[in-house]
Amino acid sequence: MSALLEVVGLRKRYKDIVAVDGLGFAVHEGETYGLLGPNGAGKTTAISMIVGVLDADAGEIRVAGRAPDLATRAMVGYVPQQLALYPDLTARQNLRFFSGMYGMRRAQARTRIAEVLELIGLSDRADHAVATYSGGMSRRLNIGVGLLHRPRLLVMDEPTAGVDPQSRTSILDSVQRLTGEGLAVLYTTHYMEEAERLCDRVGIVDHGRMLTEGTPSELGDPDLESTFLRLTGRALRD
Amino acid sequence: MRAMLLILAQDLRRRSKDSTLLVFAIVLPLGMAFMFDLVIGGSEGPVAARYGAVGASPFPSSPALPPVVPVASEQEARELVERGRLDAVFVTGPGSIHVIGSVDAPIAVQVAREIAESAALPLPGPPPIEIVEDATAATRELDPATHYAAGSAVFFMFFAVLFGFTGLYAERSSGTLARLLAAPVPRASVAAGKLLSGLLAALAGMAVLVGATSLLMGARWGHPAGVAALCVACVLAAMGLSAFVASFARTAEQAATWQSVMATAFGLLGGSFFPVGSWFVQLTPHHWFLRGLADLHGGASPLPSLAVLLGVAALTLPFAARLVRA
Repeated sequence: MSALLEVVGLRKRYKDIVAVDGLGFAVHEGETYGLLGPNGAGKTTAISMIVGVLDADAGEIRVAGRAPDLATRAMVGYVPQQLALYPDLTARQNLRFFSGMYGMRRAQARTRIAEVLELIGLSDRADHAVATYSGGMSRRLNIGVGLLHRPRLLVMDEPTAGVDPQSRTSILDSVQRLTGEGLAVLYTTHYMEEAERLCDRVGIVDHGRMLTEGTPSELGDPDLESTFLRLTGRALRD
Repeated sequence: MRAMLLILAQDLRRRSKDSTLLVFAIVLPLGMAFMFDLVIGGSEGPVAARYGAVGASPFPSSPALPPVVPVASEQEARELVERGRLDAVFVTGPGSIHVIGSVDAPIAVQVAREIAESAALPLPGPPPIEIVEDATAATRELDPATHYAAGSAVFFMFFAVLFGFTGLYAERSSGTLARLLAAPVPRASVAAGKLLSGLLAALAGMAVLVGATSLLMGARWGHPAGVAALCVACVLAAMGLSAFVASFARTAEQAATWQSVMATAFGLLGGSFFPVGSWFVQLTPHHWFLRGLADLHGGASPLPSLAVLLGVAALTLPFAARLVRA
């Protein structure tokens, strides 16, 4: 299985704080890779560099064997931790706008938007302003925007943060369905049961470094949460 | 290019729903221009005194001075002043000159008194001062209506530009800017789309103000091409200066505060509403915008003002790139 995403020696510093310190891992085609770590571990900074929002100070990122450029960005779907949506626009208008950013033609976009709305369960509310949506609906739309252009790699930064169990189940089902179709997923979460259910492999990071890596069953002795706490400590991070 | 146009269209559509921008770009400047023109400037132009003379007029003959109406007698002079037909009448007799003045025109009467006194003290020899009429200097000055219209327009344009940056900060804090930066779109296209919408919104506001103040206040802005060039150059300078200030701020709130302080200080020190007699005035875009309009008005070239405004824009606009980051 070839690596769709390779990260080697990634480094980012903010003045005195080293946010990411030589991080390295790989995500293969059709694989779901979980990046786990406490708050402030450097997960979001690493993801921001992988999707091209932030520039790395050092290290290498390769997508499908290529250094990042506009073409590799088109292969990556990004689901940020924040609800990156225009609240005054409807779901359909949000999707239409972002389809333009990915160079989709009007007719192609119309068909794909309908498919995505169906996938995220928002077809019946597609023409309502996002400001009127519940937290779960907004989260689903946030994911829908990331899926719109049929990426080969989906980067999801805590996509289930703050949603109810029904929406979380729906989101997890969607991710499982997508990986079944060959999509590679890089997934960060605080919920160990999500990682155990979804991820083929996980990496536990703290202070910007990779502490350990393996399948959930390899690391889950007696369970993933115990391993996580043993490696990252029990001290509060916020 | 397509992505830039989509971002631009999206931004303009969202801005058109923002009533605050409408208030700052059009309603407030128009209101301020009306108020200043009404209270300070008046729309009738310069005060024209009406003088008469019984006997010889003390005025030297000059088209720059007001005409003096010949009056037959002192009695008639008093009647004309009483009825408000004349503001003051010089009564010249053998070895004497006095002024009959209207209580309703104190400035005209004071001027008449000064003229009468100088006429009563003729100096021997040729006149020490020669009056030179400089038509260029007289016309290279904006009339009150145009000055207050232009001053208000440029003052509030800085705040309209500020709203463009506020939109950028909102995109940053909502995460949509990160999503745009992650898309296969050059960062320059994202920046250009965002900045162009600010430019167009500010220019649209200026255009409406030019039209409205011309129609409603009788403001005479000058040749449309020259006015358009000055407006574009001034908006670019305002955007550049706002970006420059914001690039040193740590938070959106800090940037907005600094930009507001800059807009207010430049507006007041740049002579938007009151003349400022200091070298500092030349450091503000407001001064160069108003000076460029005055040059246009007087038939002179606005190129020096345009060059200064575009130079400021060229030096400061690159700082906007620092703001387009997640």
